Amino acid sequence: MLGLTIEQIAYLFRGAGWTIVLSLLGFVGGTLLGLPVALGRASKSRLLRFASGVLVQLVQGIPLPVIMFVVYFGISIAGFDVPALVAAGVAMTLYSGAYLGEIWKGCILAVPRTQWEAGECLALTKTQRFIFVILPQALRIAVPPTVGFLVQIVKNTSYSVVINFFDLTYSAKVINNATYKPFTVFTIAALIYFAICFPMSLLASRFDRRLHRS
Amino acid sequence: MTSPAAPLVRFKNVEKNFGALQVLKGITLDVAPGQVVALIGRSGSGKSTALRCVNGLEMINGGELEVCGRKLHAGKVDLLELRKDVGIVFQSYNLFPHLTVEENITLAPRKVRRIGKAEARDIAAEVLEEVGLSEKAQAYPEQLSGGQQQRVAIARSLAMRPKLILFDEVTSALDPELTGEVLKVIERLAREGMTMMLVTHEMAFARSVANTVVFMHQGRVWETGPGAMLANPVTDELRQFVGSGL
Repeated sequence: MLGLTIEQIAYLFRGAGWTIVLSLLGFVGGTLLGLPVALGRASKSRLLRFASGVLVQLVQGIPLPVIMFVVYFGISIAGFDVPALVAAGVAMTLYSGAYLGEIWKGCILAVPRTQWEAGECLALTKTQRFIFVILPQALRIAVPPTVGFLVQIVKNTSYSVVINFFDLTYSAKVINNATYKPFTVFTIAALIYFAICFPMSLLASRFDRRLHRS
Repeated sequence: MTSPAAPLVRFKNVEKNFGALQVLKGITLDVAPGQVVALIGRSGSGKSTALRCVNGLEMINGGELEVCGRKLHAGKVDLLELRKDVGIVFQSYNLFPHLTVEENITLAPRKVRRIGKAEARDIAAEVLEEVGLSEKAQAYPEQLSGGQQQRVAIARSLAMRPKLILFDEVTSALDPELTGEVLKVIERLAREGMTMMLVTHEMAFARSVANTVVFMHQGRVWETGPGAMLANPVTDELRQFVGSGL
């Protein structure tokens, strides 16, 4: 089929599987990191704003492949021999944590100030105001841009090829080296990426429409 | 500390600045339990600021302010404790859009007063009856008219069993018909003896419901008296204000 053997195509799909695994790692890790970053960025405390701001600026100012290198070789120099999956997972966590933090900061700040005030006037503590009044409203606003960013995460996992992590891009490179059919191989890879990302884009725009209708 | 006759709110030469701008220039004013006090005046006269000082949304810069036995000028006051006693209703309702009417009302009693779910629902039913919206308990704010939302906001305040409720231009965003239904609720609370301070542009309402009308002008209490004073203003400023048809 297309001049490739079934085994070679299966190999590409195995790579796609690891792309999905790395994407999930990046999203879960990014959520765990992004939530405190968002809180810090939206905080009244200057110190918290500064500390979280440093992380965001660093990550936004360094290309993702370079972050991958730094994490991968950095951990090796520290004397740990980690698989590329761990290094790529940590790098994706840093990357998506910083961006999700910025996105969610905007969502928290998008809830009108009067909602904080209303909670305050009902004698709710600061934590109660955040958990019961602000957070549920911010979450609703956050769904469309978050799902949209998932697409970025999936696509950007392809940078893990620089540390030889076995994902879809890496497996395509390997098959190409064996078959010398770059156009066929990378077109298949492109279609698989698209098949993963397109439904998510669709979902994001549907969430977006629903939010704006209500 | 507060005997029954003692005022719930006592302003004594209260001053408030926003930066270089002095908004309150020495306000003196008492509100006794069961009284309804209407604050009137042009925009910028300081009436809303005075109201917001009462529940600590704004802190005063000079003078003395005592609310429900707490001295707000004496530094450390537990504002959350104060707000259990002092409710406030805003012009823009500020209901929680993600919660039903019932949840809007029960949130604070449950989280702040630690009342059980069943009891909180009983309270919600009771205060909704008070504002005439029993059938809307399961509705969301966006499904209600402005007047209904404002009545829910009043019910939400009542559910905390406050000693005093503040109303900050609560009918200014409503058309005349909806204004009427909200004012009726406030009138009913007045008859039941609730202590209230209200900033309002509804002169007829201030005259008929308030025990005391306070006309504020340029950050000062310019003229004060029973509702009837609006018919016979002493100062030129009040005469002009009443005459301007507001």
